[in-house]
Amino acid sequence: MDRPVVDSAVERPFGLLAELTYGCPLHCSYCSNPLDLGAYADELTTAEWLRVLAEARELGVLQLHLSGGEPLLRRDLAEIVRCAAELGLYTNLITSALGLTPRRAEELLAAGLDHVQISLQADEAALSDRIAGARSFERKLVAARLVKALGWPLTLNVVLHRHNVDRVAGILDLAEELGADRIELAHTQYYGWALRNREGLLPSRAQLERAQGVVRAAHERLQGRMEVIYVLPDYHSRYPKPCMGGWGRRQLTVVPDGGVLPCPTAHTLPLPRASVREHSLRWIWERSPLFQRFRGTDWMPEPCRSCDRRELDFGGCRCQAFQLTGDAARTDPVCHLSPDHGLVAEAVAAADDGARSREAVLTPRRHPAAGRRR
Amino acid sequence: MRSTAPVQTADGAGRPRLARHVRLRFDPARGQHVLLTPEAVTVLNGTGAAVLELCDGQRTVTEILAELRGRYAHVDDDEVRRFVDRLAARRCLEIGDAEAGHGQARRG
Repeated sequence: MDRPVVDSAVERPFGLLAELTYGCPLHCSYCSNPLDLGAYADELTTAEWLRVLAEARELGVLQLHLSGGEPLLRRDLAEIVRCAAELGLYTNLITSALGLTPRRAEELLAAGLDHVQISLQADEAALSDRIAGARSFERKLVAARLVKALGWPLTLNVVLHRHNVDRVAGILDLAEELGADRIELAHTQYYGWALRNREGLLPSRAQLERAQGVVRAAHERLQGRMEVIYVLPDYHSRYPKPCMGGWGRRQLTVVPDGGVLPCPTAHTLPLPRASVREHSLRWIWERSPLFQRFRGTDWMPEPCRSCDRRELDFGGCRCQAFQLTGDAARTDPVCHLSPDHGLVAEAVAAADDGARSREAVLTPRRHPAAGRRR
Repeated sequence: MRSTAPVQTADGAGRPRLARHVRLRFDPARGQHVLLTPEAVTVLNGTGAAVLELCDGQRTVTEILAELRGRYAHVDDDEVRRFVDRLAARRCLEIGDAEAGHGQARRG
């Protein structure tokens, strides 16, 4: 018999996504950050972030993803990394690479940064810069080479959509040339600005099938040299994604003003707020109404409640359910078993209609004037 | 995921070590060792951690097995090899060339 233990019903989180600032030099039309960025201008101080990291470590967090916006806009980034490294956290920088100068890179390396992820919009400058809404492609390549020259492992992050999904082969070639260790090809998730631009971003089924063929071949060819991760678009799947591995189960997000969320888009839901400026991270994780709201399976409606997959996909994404149906407690409409699945099927069918959306205009992400950035 | 390509096989002479982007840590919050990679946390049991702590790029797999036999009553060689192979296939471990000498791991 195993040793009897007092086991908390609540699991410990593995990862903390720290969205340090929503300031960003890029204007991607698929940005999933909140629409009202001005509301996050009162950013946490350095001291507040260091306290959050210590509390996160004590709670069981092992991985720290430093993101934004553009985390390099925080001048105290190296200090945050150093604190995290001293606490034993695995530190991962998720960046546009704009601002990753040799001096800053050396500083972050010395602070103990473990891993760098650089976003890439396409495989050539004109398209890439158009998607990013800023001249950035050449600077990204320079930064990616710098990352490798300093001996860091490099992951490239590519968000796929109608305007770059046909370039997957070229993107993979470029990743190989840059010596990337990993590449994540992830289809757009339709939140925030991306939902606003959904019509212009959704790829057709034919585009998806071609891209999947290219990815499969690359997977074989690059085995042992570069890890190719392909994240299927949930709109085209039969079942929803297991969002965040379950609500309040493995991950938490702290946003620039100290708000704490079970996932980065949960601010869209009509739920009570939680902030590190008012409570400890432990209280928020274990006790806050926000984190308890969709934890486990008791909240589920049919068809999830009696579904064999309820512990696999946890009913899908609460934010997507809310955005598409107005009720966060419904089955994710992406699921073909959802009574609301027609909402997704219609959008997918429209994307297959050649007469449409090729001409759809994308609205670039707009940013408010800079807030109180630390 | 199943792989059809050849993987680095932990034959007795290979010298495994943690890949550069991988960290092996003891997590006091869980009371267990964990293997940290950019997107995943692998929680290890005691023997898993013991094997990985011996994967220092200097010891061969044969030497690691001998070391484990000194510590544990029953060591299943094949099980340890499979464990090492599996982590090598996931690029968590690199298997250094047998002839390359101490600490010279082959990069993936």
